[in-house]
Amino acid sequence: MTHTPPFRLSTGGRLVDRALQLPFRFDGRHLRGLTGDTLASALLANGQMLMGRSFKYHRPRGPIASGAEEPNALLGLGQGGRFEPNQRATTTPLVAGMVTRSQNCWPSLDADIGEVNNLLAPFLPAGFYYKTFIHPRPFWKHLFEPFIRKSAGLGRAPTDPDPDRYEQAYGFADVLVVGGGITGLTAARDAADAGQRVLVLEQSPVWGGRTPTDHDGGQAAIDALLDDLTGRDNVTLRRNCMATGLYDHGYLIARESLADHDPNQGIPRQRLWRIRAGHVIAATGALERPLAFACNDVPGVMLASAVRDFIRDYGVAPGRRILIVTNNDDAYRTALAAQAAGLEVPAVVDARPVAEGALPRAVRAAGITVLTGMGIAKVKGGRHVDTVVLCDQSGEGRALDSIDCDVVAMSGGWSPVVHLYSHCGGKLIWDEDEAMFRPDPDRPPLGPDGQGNVTVAGAANGDLHCAGPLEQFEAPTQPVWVMPARAPYKLRAKMWLDFQNDVKVTDVELAAREGYASVEHTKRYTTLGMATDQGKVSNINGLAILSNALNQPIQATGTTTFRPPYTPLTLATIAAEAKGEAFQPLRKTPIHTWHETHGASFEPVGQWRRPYAYLRGGEDRHAAVAREILAVRKGVGTLDASTLGKILVKGPDAGRLLDMLYTNMMSNLPVGKCRYGLMCNENGFLMDDGVVARLSEDSWLCHTTTGGADRIHGHMEDWLQCEWWDWQVYTANLTEQFAQIAVAGPKARLLLERLGGSIDLSQAGLPFMQWAEGQVAGIPARVFRISFSGELSYEVAVPANRGLELWERLHLAGQDLGITPYGTEAMHVMRAEKGFIMIGDETDGTIIPQDLRLDWAISKKKADYIGKRAQRRLHMTDGNRWKLVGLESLDGQVLPDGAYAVAEGLNANGQRRVQGRVTSSYHSPTLDRPIAMGLVHHGPARMGQVLDFPMPSGATMRARIVDPVFYDKEGSRLNG
Amino acid sequence: MLILTCPCCGIAAEETELQPGGEAHLMRVGPQGTDDEFEAYLFARKNPKGVHFERWRHAYGCGKWFLAARCTATLQVFGTYEAQTKHPPARIVEAIQKTYPEWQPDWTTAP
Amino acid sequence: MADALATITRRTGLGIITIRADLSRAGDALAEAAGLAIPDRTGIVTDGSRALGWMSPDELLLILPGAELPEAIEGLGQVLTGEPGLVVDVSDARAVFDIVGPHASDVVDKLAPVDAAAMPEGHLRRTRLAQTAAAIWRIEGGFRVIGFRSTADYLGLILANAAIPGSQLAPR
Repeated sequence: MTHTPPFRLSTGGRLVDRALQLPFRFDGRHLRGLTGDTLASALLANGQMLMGRSFKYHRPRGPIASGAEEPNALLGLGQGGRFEPNQRATTTPLVAGMVTRSQNCWPSLDADIGEVNNLLAPFLPAGFYYKTFIHPRPFWKHLFEPFIRKSAGLGRAPTDPDPDRYEQAYGFADVLVVGGGITGLTAARDAADAGQRVLVLEQSPVWGGRTPTDHDGGQAAIDALLDDLTGRDNVTLRRNCMATGLYDHGYLIARESLADHDPNQGIPRQRLWRIRAGHVIAATGALERPLAFACNDVPGVMLASAVRDFIRDYGVAPGRRILIVTNNDDAYRTALAAQAAGLEVPAVVDARPVAEGALPRAVRAAGITVLTGMGIAKVKGGRHVDTVVLCDQSGEGRALDSIDCDVVAMSGGWSPVVHLYSHCGGKLIWDEDEAMFRPDPDRPPLGPDGQGNVTVAGAANGDLHCAGPLEQFEAPTQPVWVMPARAPYKLRAKMWLDFQNDVKVTDVELAAREGYASVEHTKRYTTLGMATDQGKVSNINGLAILSNALNQPIQATGTTTFRPPYTPLTLATIAAEAKGEAFQPLRKTPIHTWHETHGASFEPVGQWRRPYAYLRGGEDRHAAVAREILAVRKGVGTLDASTLGKILVKGPDAGRLLDMLYTNMMSNLPVGKCRYGLMCNENGFLMDDGVVARLSEDSWLCHTTTGGADRIHGHMEDWLQCEWWDWQVYTANLTEQFAQIAVAGPKARLLLERLGGSIDLSQAGLPFMQWAEGQVAGIPARVFRISFSGELSYEVAVPANRGLELWERLHLAGQDLGITPYGTEAMHVMRAEKGFIMIGDETDGTIIPQDLRLDWAISKKKADYIGKRAQRRLHMTDGNRWKLVGLESLDGQVLPDGAYAVAEGLNANGQRRVQGRVTSSYHSPTLDRPIAMGLVHHGPARMGQVLDFPMPSGATMRARIVDPVFYDKEGSRLNG
Repeated sequence: MLILTCPCCGIAAEETELQPGGEAHLMRVGPQGTDDEFEAYLFARKNPKGVHFERWRHAYGCGKWFLAARCTATLQVFGTYEAQTKHPPARIVEAIQKTYPEWQPDWTTAP
Repeated sequence: MADALATITRRTGLGIITIRADLSRAGDALAEAAGLAIPDRTGIVTDGSRALGWMSPDELLLILPGAELPEAIEGLGQVLTGEPGLVVDVSDARAVFDIVGPHASDVVDKLAPVDAAAMPEGHLRRTRLAQTAAAIWRIEGGFRVIGFRSTADYLGLILANAAIPGSQLAPR
């Protein structure tokens, strides 16, 4: 059994399938629509004209448009994680079972409390908030802002995670046609004929644009073009694909809807296309403009084109008695469409003094009254249009007549959709004859070759009669910016320009009076053309009002900047695959899985995940770190050091290069030995450190910090390629080729010797700061006798594929020695106990090695190295720099990292002067007391002095300046 | 989003495959430089609205640095060339002057 | 449920060697040692077992069965004796995936700013796949991708995501 909703016409509706009914819900009501309906057409068919509330005054609103420009009919769609606010009813295809709800109203759409704002409207003009909420100052933060934020925004943001899948794809085309109307399809055919690879994007599910709706024979013309294009190898036709923004060098972003409102298919719901086009043809059509007459926002006042779209495309009657008001011939089509659908058309009110084009003549011949030189003084009706009061267009709005109707179909002319063209620099000119901004053919956006790379065609180019032979003569549009022309304030205060943001004619006039002469300022002051509307409906009328108020031509006022996206993009599409596990590439070492199964609590270091500590039993991180440190100091521990950068530098000039890159000398490092090196940038600031091993006569292996590997490799290549390109040096970043394990602690040698191998690990065989190559436990290995913990320590590098094997062998062999895996925090604390600096802790990009008292690692002999000149600059050498010291808190508490030591007096900003800060601070399990390092003004000369560190709580912590080496000052433990 | 053709591998790479490197043709000032010379080298950068020469690295490609001449206002690219060049080559100057006939190089020595 | 756009398979057991040298001087000798001709700029040549790819003006990548690695390293190293350059084993530092199936190019198109469908046989494209660096070339029935070992999990995941059934790029 079928039930026909009350406003579904018995005929027409080229886009709907009457055989397929779809149930859906709106604000809890169970309704039915047809396959092919949009949500808006389905609601209208059920007599639901009221679809939302305006943003500021909560005025009742129905749809005024039938497409992407719709400012009012924004609904909440779906439930739970799939809930989406602000979805345009006019472009949302109806799907069986859809759950929809109105927004910006409470407790219900019909009885909205916020409507009280409407009564206050006279007191809420443009700029009201700016003027009212500025004093007293403290009220802003604590009272006004929270209140305004609460009432701001249309729909509510969803709170659950989005369960759907989204993706992106890269596309390429010689010619990208945006718009699948008659202009776009024709342009596509021409480009395809010329052998170009053509991609056509159409925002809606149907091809043809306005042509099939507006012209007899239109559908046939479109079908013929589609037949021609379909099946051509060099043409791709993509529907449901909204081109939202055009960027530099022909880069276009488009959103394709794949399973938008039927997400259970398991395929991506939306796809963001990143298309690179040699040339773009914007065949984006035009949008109809509203007319500014009093109460033009009452539900039932719609764009004339939308009224005929609902009638002809969806077989839906927006009302029973449809009054047309226009300043052009095109709107007469609506009169004919309504009459043909059996609806009453009481009159066409035409603001022009004469209307003698083919369409007005046809309307008169059909028996419809045409009233020329007339306008609407006012629309009467609350939730729905009841009556329209007519007046003389040239007058002040004196009532001449009134007509009962339930829909007013208005047309203020058409504006080309120039958004894409304007997004990346295309300029517009004001076309006085047609009263529209159109693309200036002499100032298009430019491609990389300096030539225009966007062509605008058809209605988007201002050619409103672009359907070729299907067109009939139309008389010119006559601009009507205010109806009636001399409307008094009382009427102008009820003429809406921006329906979504509740901006009226008087708001723009007020902005002009208050000095907002720039259109950009007026936009922000009044909110004209903001939010999702982006001026699609409101822009031109607003500019015209502003120009009149400023008494200047519209060209002089110009337009606000057209910014992407043309219609909103979901954040999910922008993120696409980059969520969850794939949010960013996580770098894992060859031993990562072992860490995971042994309680590792990870920390990010660059994109790496490194074990911070391995938690055992009910241990917290702090306890685990302490346990690991003591285990290393007393026995033996292993650290996964695979993340350290390992860069091979090889060639006849490799030593020369390294002498330039490091502050100390590397060219004289003997083969088989290691040396700690510092790397600075040209500013002289320390950027990385690490141990360099000389592998052979012409090759060195440079270790970098974990985060520094790629950057330092790039730094090397930069100098090699761009400065010393005649030097014969080759580099290779071998970081990931090797797993590297630090075996540290007094029992390190004992443990390694148990594994067996070809390398003599004794003090004599492999002294500190030497390396040897051979095999360990049957695995090819390089063993470096280096130490960051201060203990006897070996770093063993093996091919990455065998790293886990070595790690497990070590742990098997070391069980009775109490072998303990240790993480980065234990490493940090142990190096701080030894007074070793850490890049990123003691350095922050403004620290020179001399600040850290690393002068011993700076060559005096070298004529040059990167950073040498900078380190001679006045502020580097004037003796006033903060220098590295140890800090010992007096009360036994750990100083907060980053705490500042204050000095006497105030600086120029009235703040306390400072004389130092904490750079590293820990509780030392080894010493069982706090230790810290810091940079202090004249620090090394002030040993024993006590500094004050004020805390946010108001208390002050005090700490004594001490030597930064807290443990094993003689360094005897290194030798085991 | 820019497209620049890497002169080292010939790939027309998009901006996400490239790493920017600032102004091209800087002359390094080493330990012998005066304070003024060094300051100019380290800190003073051109910031023209118009023709500009820049360093780019084909970071997600062949890894090589190259130089590009482009207009910062229109994003027209006049050409790319190898980093091992003291001054922009004649073909680049020619391409710039084709668009901006009044433009003159600000270097004196031959390329 | 439809099939995945392509099968994603991680390839192991390959020997991978980075060669850096002045190819105009050492190219011929390297070619002989590698057993393959030096590829043209951005090219890759293969004999079915080994492949030699052009990575940059002074860098080649040799991929061969793992068992042949030590001998190849030795042979190539000898070529560069007395000639500036380097030959290093990077087998463990790389992760290799094959994307094979009827819509393999769609998978690449979703992740790389590259026109995969138009990519000719014998072309090696270094680019990025989403947020990680990779090199891509055509193999029988699809593409081979080489990326970094440390991000292999990420690479495998984004490739599998891009290949989910029903997500082909052809207009619907």
